[in-house]
Amino acid sequence: MTGLLSEELLANIGKQSEPHRELVTRRDIRKYAIATGNRQRKYLDGDQAPPMFHVALFWDVVELDQLSPDGVSIDRLLPKFPLEKAMAGGLKIEYHQPVHPGDWLTATRTLTDIYEKAGRSGPLIFYEVVMDIVDDHGELVIREKTTRILR
Amino acid sequence: MSGVDPASVQVGTELPRREHNCGNVQLMLYNAALWNGHRIHFDEPYAKEVEGYPGLVIAGPLLGDWMNQCVEEWLGDSGVLTGIEYSNRAASYIGETLVAGGTVSGYQPDSGELVIDVFIRNEAGDVVAPGVATARLEAR
Repeated sequence: MTGLLSEELLANIGKQSEPHRELVTRRDIRKYAIATGNRQRKYLDGDQAPPMFHVALFWDVVELDQLSPDGVSIDRLLPKFPLEKAMAGGLKIEYHQPVHPGDWLTATRTLTDIYEKAGRSGPLIFYEVVMDIVDDHGELVIREKTTRILR
Repeated sequence: MSGVDPASVQVGTELPRREHNCGNVQLMLYNAALWNGHRIHFDEPYAKEVEGYPGLVIAGPLLGDWMNQCVEEWLGDSGVLTGIEYSNRAASYIGETLVAGGTVSGYQPDSGELVIDVFIRNEAGDVVAPGVATARLEAR
């Protein structure tokens, strides 16, 4: 351990985003299914949302002046890390219920962990963000955990 | 009804593989569907000269989606995908032929619970995105 993570930085663990509510539409499902090369009729016709459609549904819709010159939006849930070069990332997704057009879904993101490991060529910072997606009855529909590595 | 015959499934069963050749149009439509404006996916001079990539980078979650599709197409009406875990280990670029596939690594015939090792592999044979999916076969 080189001690890159200050108490102040670690205090961000547990930080939560505002809940974000979105409507699932047939048109958005169809666009996503076609763009991903899906071959199943129920998805191409927009009768049901394919797995990972939630990635598109809850991607931040930001205004042009909020994008950085490289075209990326800033994730306000994250603190400023002492390492900035993003390496590999991973996703872990649980599918609890199917998603259909007309569904209203609400996503809440939580920064659940920040930790440091020694890499082969220097220290690495890992962070984890969990996104819980629920329906209007509060039932869990999808849980997604993102892990990112910075060097 | 179409989909895998549960009686034929055992540890070691290989899922049908599928080649993906993502071109500029598909990659643009994918990122537009997300509202992802990252220039490494559509601005080739920027991707090469500023970020030092050899070409336009295929978006990481698109590779993840292909692993989901690989499992779902095999399951058909015989089961449901319950989860997936994967990582993007190396970048892939427009022009590459990528292959999605998988192998059953765990199966409980009583409950129908399945564990499937999935992957996206490039032409060099490197696994650029390894993953593990879980699914449940349903009794017919």
